[in-house]
Amino acid sequence: MAYLVFNDGTTFEGTAFGDWLKSSPSVAEHEVVFNTSMSGYQEMVTDLSYAGQILVLTQPQIGNYGWHHEENEADKTRLQGLIVRELSEGEGSLHSEGSLEDYCLRHSVRGLMGVDTRALTRYLRQFGTLPGVMLENRDAALAYWANFQAKHEIMEKGEHWVYRSTVKEAYEIPGPGPLLAVLDFGVKRNIIRNLQKRGFRIMVFPAGSAAEDILRHQPSGLVLSNGPGDPDDLPECVATVRSLYDKLPVLGICLGHQLLALAAGGETYKLPYGHRGGNHPVIDVRSGKATMTSQNHGYAVQEASLNGSGFAVTLRNLNDGTVEGMEHQIYSILAVQFHPEGAPGPEENSEIFDRFKKLVEKNLTRKGRS
Amino acid sequence: MPKKEWKKVLVIGSGPIVIGQGAEFDYAGTQACRALREEGVEVILVNSNPATIMTDRETADRVYIEPLTVESVERIIERERPDGLIPTMGGQTGLNLAYQLAKRGVLERCGVSLMGTSLKSIDQAEDRESFRALMQELGEPIPESMIVSRVEEALEFAAKTGYPLIVRPAFTLGGTGGGIVQSSEELEQIAESGLQASLIGQILVERSVAGWKEVEFEVLRDGVGNCITICHMENMDPVGIHTGDSIVVAPCQTLTDREVQALRSASRRIVEGLKIEGGCNVQFALHPSRLEYVVIEVNPRLSRSSALASKATGYPIAKVAAKIALGYALTEIKNAVTGKTSACFEPALDYVVVKIPRWPFDKFTEADRRLGTQMKATGEVMGIGRNLETGLLKAIRSLDIKVYGVRLVELEGLSDAELKIACLEPDDRQLFVFAEALKRGWAVDWLAEETGWNRYYLKILKRLVENTALLEKNPWDKELLLCVKRLGFADQEIAALWKSTENEVYRFRLEHGIRSVFKMVDTCAGEFEATTPYFYSSYDVEDEGEIHKGPKVVVLGSGPIRIGQGIEFDYCSVHAVLALRKAGYESIIINNNPETVSTDFDTADRLYFEPLTLEDVSAILDKEQPDGVIVQFGGQTAIGLASGLAERGYPILGTTVEDIDRAEERGTFDRVLQELGAKRPRGAGATNMQQVQRVAQEIGFPLVVRPSYVLGGRAMDIVYEAAELEAVVKRALSASSDQEIWMDQYLLGTEVEVDAISDGENVFIPGIMEHLERAGVHSGDSIAVYPPQTLDLDLQARIIALTQSLARSLKIKGLLNIQYVIYQKELFVIEVNPRSSRTVPFLSKVTGVPIVDWATQVILGRTWEEINIPHGLWPTGNRIAVKAPVFSFSKLQRVEPSLGPEMKSTGEVMGIDRTYEKALYKALLGAGLTFTTYGSVFVTLADRDKAEGVSLARRFADIGFRLLATKGTKRYLESQGLRVEQIAKLHDGSNEIIDGIRKQKIQYVVNTTTHGRVQQSDGFAIRRAAVEHGIPCFTSLDTAAALLQVLESISPGLLPL
Repeated sequence: MAYLVFNDGTTFEGTAFGDWLKSSPSVAEHEVVFNTSMSGYQEMVTDLSYAGQILVLTQPQIGNYGWHHEENEADKTRLQGLIVRELSEGEGSLHSEGSLEDYCLRHSVRGLMGVDTRALTRYLRQFGTLPGVMLENRDAALAYWANFQAKHEIMEKGEHWVYRSTVKEAYEIPGPGPLLAVLDFGVKRNIIRNLQKRGFRIMVFPAGSAAEDILRHQPSGLVLSNGPGDPDDLPECVATVRSLYDKLPVLGICLGHQLLALAAGGETYKLPYGHRGGNHPVIDVRSGKATMTSQNHGYAVQEASLNGSGFAVTLRNLNDGTVEGMEHQIYSILAVQFHPEGAPGPEENSEIFDRFKKLVEKNLTRKGRS
Repeated sequence: MPKKEWKKVLVIGSGPIVIGQGAEFDYAGTQACRALREEGVEVILVNSNPATIMTDRETADRVYIEPLTVESVERIIERERPDGLIPTMGGQTGLNLAYQLAKRGVLERCGVSLMGTSLKSIDQAEDRESFRALMQELGEPIPESMIVSRVEEALEFAAKTGYPLIVRPAFTLGGTGGGIVQSSEELEQIAESGLQASLIGQILVERSVAGWKEVEFEVLRDGVGNCITICHMENMDPVGIHTGDSIVVAPCQTLTDREVQALRSASRRIVEGLKIEGGCNVQFALHPSRLEYVVIEVNPRLSRSSALASKATGYPIAKVAAKIALGYALTEIKNAVTGKTSACFEPALDYVVVKIPRWPFDKFTEADRRLGTQMKATGEVMGIGRNLETGLLKAIRSLDIKVYGVRLVELEGLSDAELKIACLEPDDRQLFVFAEALKRGWAVDWLAEETGWNRYYLKILKRLVENTALLEKNPWDKELLLCVKRLGFADQEIAALWKSTENEVYRFRLEHGIRSVFKMVDTCAGEFEATTPYFYSSYDVEDEGEIHKGPKVVVLGSGPIRIGQGIEFDYCSVHAVLALRKAGYESIIINNNPETVSTDFDTADRLYFEPLTLEDVSAILDKEQPDGVIVQFGGQTAIGLASGLAERGYPILGTTVEDIDRAEERGTFDRVLQELGAKRPRGAGATNMQQVQRVAQEIGFPLVVRPSYVLGGRAMDIVYEAAELEAVVKRALSASSDQEIWMDQYLLGTEVEVDAISDGENVFIPGIMEHLERAGVHSGDSIAVYPPQTLDLDLQARIIALTQSLARSLKIKGLLNIQYVIYQKELFVIEVNPRSSRTVPFLSKVTGVPIVDWATQVILGRTWEEINIPHGLWPTGNRIAVKAPVFSFSKLQRVEPSLGPEMKSTGEVMGIDRTYEKALYKALLGAGLTFTTYGSVFVTLADRDKAEGVSLARRFADIGFRLLATKGTKRYLESQGLRVEQIAKLHDGSNEIIDGIRKQKIQYVVNTTTHGRVQQSDGFAIRRAAVEHGIPCFTSLDTAAALLQVLESISPGLLPL
């Protein structure tokens, strides 16, 4: 038996899988979040936006179709725990190259199966996203919480999960088209693939890169990627974004979207239990049409705070009205809170990459003329 | 917002239940009507099927129970002048009708707009050629194919592409006439029947992708272009078996997200390309090992799959589709489940759903039970579980086939060679066949290679097989018990493996605190708070369905639609629920059929989607602690649970279990009759051949032989002579659970059926129905007339009196149904059913009496005076109604189409009018009979029918028909002064008869049987040929007489001067 224990003593019991020895040398609490996607466990496990979190999958039958290396969203995982109702062996796919269980074992992810994940989801829905500890000894977990003191100090630069997710050094992906700079806060491969598909040459920069380092390569556009954690704890990144976003076309996705809002003087806040899944309806404020989006975020942009920022809200969540997309009234900036690259989830918003490409091309012709 | 201010809208239903078009359209139509009325629209409804909620006066503003023909709907349109018509709620029937009405200019002439999906879109999706052109334009791959209208063209195509090929007729339901062919001979045969089945004389011949994964998407799109997929589903069996006959899992389990998204995007492109405004179903074949797919089929309407998707997700597809038809955008509609979020979203499931078809092979033992592209199932069940194993096992026990796990005892005796063949030739038992193979240690890999089943599903099955073996070895192991309960094992199966009883296992389980909890189906996997009262059980930690205090009653539903237990019982269950709500009770329904109105989450106050077994029902009752359970509306399935439930101490409302038994158990019932001085056909029980011979001698022939305790006349036979006796008795003995059979005197009289409400003292009879066919034809297969046409008042008075005495004597509280036979002016009781019956909806519709409502109030204990129920017989009005059975013989190869004591019909229609002939005409028309008023009639008569057949033949001749007959019949008819042309017998090597049928040279066949079950007989081949070519075939002289009565009144005379 192994356990997930919350500060109030609430315990969820299951059977351990994956790697519990190497995964974390010391006991630590991690934010527990749930995702309601019905497929795509592989993409989720390798999505660096989950860095530092324990992920609960609401779809009960997990692992069915095995593991396909090229569908990883990153070459690593920073997931601190994975909780499922049922773990399958992965026989479903004839072209499978491994299993989820195997991946968790090799990449030191603690897994817990046999958990009443619906009860856990309802618990999180009721109390909001909470930290929990995963241990094989319930008493040790309770003792951990008894001695627990909430840390409130500001995060040191480099402590943020973004820095444990980003690349160490900049690298280039060749391509026939104009050069794009991608600021990697934990970028998903499918964002890169979508950009590649549109012909861009791409340079991926580590999260801490300075604006000058990026501008030196004279990119024609900038992509601010998704990534984990609270954007408020990344003032240095916000500063970098601020000194770049008026200089070249920018596409912000998820964390990138939030950093843009902060850079323009807006604010972000923590959602009660986040948006994670592949079925979130987002409505286009101008056309009135809705699309299904893939989402994975715990923070959102405060709409009122955008007054005077130059950003106009273009997309809203149809359910709770939160900001899902914005465009700048002066600069060439597109930003979306959701994941137009899907992986997992709907692909119907990938046209945002097309719009961004047009933006970059338009900007290039304009520059050429002037 | 609505496109215009709709004032009056016509909704077309789907008509009788046939294979390929079932109860799902009652659900769709009812939801649509409710959604329209919510918007203040006046709803006009037309459907020929009385056993539906949609044809209730409360569902629409005006209900027409009329045949679903272009002419009759045209008349309704002319009179009602609706401004809109919704064509997509009534299945293929409704769609075809609307299509023809539009093509003939009726809609334009009468100013009716087609609502929702446009005619152009329907045309584009349904017509193979334009569909193919569109797919090409969209870049969506479809299998190499060709549309042909002649068999030769199909052969030419095959010469180029090779075999196997799939043949699909255009514009049919349930894939009638289609199939996979391996050779030119097969192609020739299937192409021909396919061309005949197609409404437009076209078939598609295409490259077979058999063996690929079969995946379906249910899509909704609005007029603005918002487009969402409600659910994706995967067939456990690969492409090759009709999806209606496939075991379906939702959501897809073996597809990577990439595959899911590729298919999702494709289905959205297709639906966008077709400009669908409403629901649409898209079927794909997906290559098992690479991301390659082809589009197999698109249905631009609500379908069986959309009903399943609706129940699987909790998303009310039909309701939302109706709002879209009015012109609403998805973003303007609320999610009825959460009440807060938008309907423009895609449901997330946190459970697994398994659908298993319910096949009729328990009734049609001689049918070809192999599965292919022709659908054969009459209904389906759904199981919801927190893992696939549970979903599967729940679905299995919901089938109500007395199987509680993956073991099927009859397969244990197969040799390895036989088992291997069974593995390779899929029939309805394939799941159990695989389980048996896995039990024998056959490799998953071998099965996967040979059958195309996905290893993942085979492994799931293997896990169940392994746990079955573990259980057998480890009786009373409580850790193992918990483990298998979490896999969905039934107490009953565990009991069998532990050589114990279900109650023992139940007690042991509770002692160890192993009990299920209930989870909610909320469309959003727990992300939002939901208020849907829709639950399923799980062996998990948290129970989330907080129970309510206050008076509450549980109604047991009737499970899957099958022959003998159809949609009528769902009608009754729904009305019971409505009555409970009206009476101030919290109503709780338990059922497992995803096609029905009763399993809509807003029908009852609470819905438990669970198997109808003692264990599953007990768990709910333990939790809810209701004031009682009502078992008399859910057919034999629910009644069958009564004694087990009573034994466990749950209060059964209405007629007590003891009294139910008194009516159902032969010996005790005989005593009841004796006390009342009532007669029944003489009969006796027998358990061996010796007794059988003795009884036969005592009673004499003809005899009715049946197993002692079955429903729907299964394995029942009429034996005319001693020579037939032994074979029939053997069959009956093997069908009887207690190896006992009953033999009754067969009285060739008029059959009469009565439904009544009683509180044990007072008795009310809504109506007496007279059957057109003599006793001997199962009541469910007989044409019934209300009010009776040949019974005099004295006889009616005797029927009323005896019904009253029987109700009192059996202490009926609620409904009862009695079948009588009148033989030589004497009244005999054939059967008493202490429950609601098949005829309750029919009687309710024609009399307007709220039968179920009153019965429910009686069951709740209200007094006769409080409810204000009249006494005696309800007065008949000025309308005459005829109920006609509808069969699905054309879909079931090798099934004997002749009528007999075993029920064979799948559905029914009603014809109602002011005269008997008109009502009969409408009923027969609604049942699909085409009235040809001239041509040829082919007559073959059994010796015992010859005398009577003459007058019928004469009546045909008098109208102007040519008479054709084989030698013996010809000679006899000629001896009676008729002119008859001879036609050669089949067993003389001639193909004249079959050819005549095939080439439509024969318009009617009258064929009474001698050797019912000998399939080699000429008669059987003739009847099958007629059924397969859509030529009306009469096996009962009474039915033929009914046809004649109509023909005589509608045929213009042929009178040369």
